Amino acid sequence: MTTTTIDARGSYCPGPLLELIAGLKLIEIGDEIEVWSSDMGSVKDIPEWVAKVGHEMGETVEQDGYWSLRIRKSK
Amino acid sequence: MSKRILIVGGGLAGTITANGLCRQLGGALGKGEVSITMLGNTDQHMYQPGLLYIPFGAMRETELFRDQRKVLDRRVNFLLDPATNIDVDGNKVECQSGKSISYDYLVIATGSRIVPEEIPGMAEGAHWFYDLDGARKMRNALAEFDGGKIVVNVNAPHKCPVAPLEISFMLHHHLAKRGLADKTEITYTYPIGRLHALEPVAHWTSAEFDKFGIKSETFFNAKSVDPAAKTIESEEGSTLPYDLLVTIPPHRGAEVIEASDLGAGGWVPTDRYSLNREGSTNVFVVGDTTNIPISKAGSTAHYEADTLVDNLASLVLEGRTARPYDGKVFCFVETGMDTGTYVWFNYETPPNPGPPSKMIHWSKLAYNRLYWLSARGLL
Ligand SMILES: Cc1cc2nc3c(=O)[nH]c(=O)nc-3n(C[C@H](O)[C@H](O)[C@H](O)COP(=O)(O)OP(=O)(O)OC[C@H]3O[C@@H](n4cnc5c(N)ncnc54)[C@H](O)[C@@H]3O)c2cc1C
Repeated sequence: MTTTTIDARGSYCPGPLLELIAGLKLIEIGDEIEVWSSDMGSVKDIPEWVAKVGHEMGETVEQDGYWSLRIRKSK
Repeated sequence: MSKRILIVGGGLAGTITANGLCRQLGGALGKGEVSITMLGNTDQHMYQPGLLYIPFGAMRETELFRDQRKVLDRRVNFLLDPATNIDVDGNKVECQSGKSISYDYLVIATGSRIVPEEIPGMAEGAHWFYDLDGARKMRNALAEFDGGKIVVNVNAPHKCPVAPLEISFMLHHHLAKRGLADKTEITYTYPIGRLHALEPVAHWTSAEFDKFGIKSETFFNAKSVDPAAKTIESEEGSTLPYDLLVTIPPHRGAEVIEASDLGAGGWVPTDRYSLNREGSTNVFVVGDTTNIPISKAGSTAHYEADTLVDNLASLVLEGRTARPYDGKVFCFVETGMDTGTYVWFNYETPPNPGPPSKMIHWSKLAYNRLYWLSARGLL
């Protein structure tokens, strides 16, 4: 299992969720991505999409001025 | 000894960088203290935003192209010899001809490319305008179209975040002009839960789509296309029928980046402020091929290249860098055949587009012509 970090802090366009979608295309099933986002909206829209599409949400941790969200590619 | 600057890729970012360096390093170039070499894989420079107009016959193909050597300052040594391997440890680049070129400073500007073949059925069942061949085929398909369902399907990642919106508005206006609006239903799909990555643009688009009767489906990432049944299915489990499928295919960086093991998907890990390739002090990355989480757009390429020119010229002349890149992106948005708006933002400042106007549309049309001055570094 490998973990790739996507630092999407300060990204207005494409933004953390689109970066995650693009990143998931480049990793294997079972691998994980940790997205860093300074947009509070990510805490809602990333888990919403992950549930919809059927990947697995790991922990979300509030850091100093940003959130780190862990996602496992499941399909 | 003379300092050798090598630029791989002669698109927008590479060309602005090369021309800008010639201006700032004129004295050193004249004395032979610096040389600038560019490797390209085509001798024709294409104005990519012009592709948007090709399906509608609103721009001639010849207007898209200029001779690459004419767009470049004469002091740039342009070689039509694609890079096949970039060796950042050995400070050299191997080319298709078998030549190996050593450098002191390397600029990677190989852009991005569409990969419709990564979605099963997409290459066979869909149309696109992101390359010339696709835009021509779309022009033919549109000419034959006499009403029905059009799906405009957007995939991640892609360059030019506004082109998907522009093509939707332009399709609507084009078909309305041909008297086909009542017989046509346009559905726009987008990968995330709103109509555009930028929240204010998404908000504004939603109202504009309502005005024109353009439908939409969000959280839609293409999984496959069935060209026989004429349907497109999403990863999220939705299936849409179409008579004409217009897609913004997913993108990757250039093949040479992956072949040289410089970044997954062809995206080179890049420091967002210094534009250095992560792990190299003499390798810089500009334009679409960086992995910086900002829009892959001409304006991004332009602002990054301007920053790099200042930094590289200072490095060569004074051994220091000049300034960090602030993440600036600026985009015109065509909102129909005769109105437009614009939006800008950087790492710190969120976007805030103004109301559409004819004036802004004319500025974009003017920019279509001024592109060549900007590539030459005169704007
Ligand atoms: C339809 C469309 C509409 C667009 N509209 C807009 C717009 O309105 N506004 C905007 O800001 N942007 C727009 N863009 C995006 C813009 O064109 C790109 O973001 C911009 O060109 C990126 O510049 P670049 O130099 O990174 O890449 P490119 O301009 O694509 O240049 C990369 C160059 O590298 C060359 N190359 C690749 N591999 C090799 C190799 N191995 N060896 C040598 N050379 C190589 C390629 O052939 C190419 O010439 C649009 C793009 C499209 C397709």
